Amino acid sequence: MTPKIALRDVHRAFGSKHVLRGVNLDVMPSESMVIIGGSGTGKSITIKTVLGLVRPDRGEVWVDDIRADTARGSRRDALLDKFGMLFQGGALFDSLSVWENVAFRLRRRMGRDEAREVAITKLRRVGLGPENADLYPGELSGGMQKRVGLARAIADDPEIIFFDEPTTGLDPIMADVINALIREVVVEMGATAVTITHDMTSVHRIADKVAMLHDGIIQWTGPVGDLETCGDPYIEQFIHGRADGPIEALR
Amino acid sequence: MAVLSALHGFVAGVGASVLGLFRATGALVLFAAQGIIHCILPPWYWRETLRQMLRIGYFSLPVVGLTALFTGAVLALQIYIGGSRFNAEGVVASIVAIGIVRELGPVLGGLMVAGRVSAAIAAELGTMRVTEQIDALTTLSTNPFKYLVAPRLIAGVLTLPILVAVADIIGVMGGFLVGVNRLNFNAGTYIANTVNFLEAGDILSGLYKAAAFGFIITLMGCYHGYNSGRGAQGVGNATTNAVVSASVLILAANYILTELFFST
Repeated sequence: MTPKIALRDVHRAFGSKHVLRGVNLDVMPSESMVIIGGSGTGKSITIKTVLGLVRPDRGEVWVDDIRADTARGSRRDALLDKFGMLFQGGALFDSLSVWENVAFRLRRRMGRDEAREVAITKLRRVGLGPENADLYPGELSGGMQKRVGLARAIADDPEIIFFDEPTTGLDPIMADVINALIREVVVEMGATAVTITHDMTSVHRIADKVAMLHDGIIQWTGPVGDLETCGDPYIEQFIHGRADGPIEALR
Repeated sequence: MAVLSALHGFVAGVGASVLGLFRATGALVLFAAQGIIHCILPPWYWRETLRQMLRIGYFSLPVVGLTALFTGAVLALQIYIGGSRFNAEGVVASIVAIGIVRELGPVLGGLMVAGRVSAAIAAELGTMRVTEQIDALTTLSTNPFKYLVAPRLIAGVLTLPILVAVADIIGVMGGFLVGVNRLNFNAGTYIANTVNFLEAGDILSGLYKAAAFGFIITLMGCYHGYNSGRGAQGVGNATTNAVVSASVLILAANYILTELFFST
């Protein structure tokens, strides 16, 4: 089967700092892939190269057999239409109300009333009532902002959804609610999902497959069930949170 | 040897500064060109443009109006003092009008709006950059240049001339109030002198300048905000740079435009 997303030898440096040194990764259709790794290892840069927000210095990015890293104009627009993304901090537009945020993409092809209706349905899907629709992001708690971000990510039923640190900054209960929601919507929509996290609870709740990114390359990839028994020293150290091991920790 | 090394260091420093200046100028020109292209090509976000017109134009009225009022009043007093030295007190009305309409209205109005609007745009876009809202726009299939930059540029170019036209009227009125109440000019004569000596070219040159300043103000706000560094310090620097560069460019553009209008 052709991968939904494929990264081939992707390199990216910022000045003298080489963040990605040859990332190779396949994400199959309807698969939920979770990329784990320490802070600053290039997890966010990896998904930003897929979205075209960061251009790789070398290598290829393929989405549905289309070269994504070199796509421009309408070809790129068509590719972007396939994606939804939940940003780490929500990245909700401050100047727009909750429903306008959720319906942002829908407004291109729908009237105001219809878009508002769809937005309210999506808000309900993530556990927010219509009474929140006219609030502004600044009036919401962190957990509610994540939900609105999730509603915006799924609003246009994308084929691929990216989740960047979806539980960071949330209390454990809210984090579990968000994890459950992510799993539900991904399964329900049949979407391909790529999640970035270093929260192992999220990994077990969300993932079909896990990829470990360290030193700018994918050190290990495999089914989530193999995580505990794979014997990979990087994975061992990371999932058990040990300071000693191949991953150097700053002390 | 030490002298050679110091000289080498000096030349390298100057070279690096010059290259940096060229790089920054090139980046700004490319940014401006991209902004102009997105102003011309559809789709246009009219609702966003109207919102920006309101923010840039309407909400700047009090500060620009007050600036113009006091400038007109002070100008009347100063011209009266200067004019009385060679018995030319009668020129107060016409010089106040010409000075305000050709020069002080657009320049002082532009500088006040630069302080208010450039800073606000840079802070807003800088915050959007830092909080990934600009990236979010891209992932929602919306070109940030179209949605953020173009509406602000259009709003700046369209509203500054209107704002300056209002400032011109208020500035002339400031001169009138001082001329009539403090310098004991006859109200009818003052108005007649204002109207008779003012030409359409005076007004139009000021409005053209205002449109150019509107472009500079919004461009600087957008450019520095869009390319803001990380964190609160990055946004702070973007805001400062936007105001400083907009103010300097307004003064430089004012000279160039005045030369152009002077020679035509």
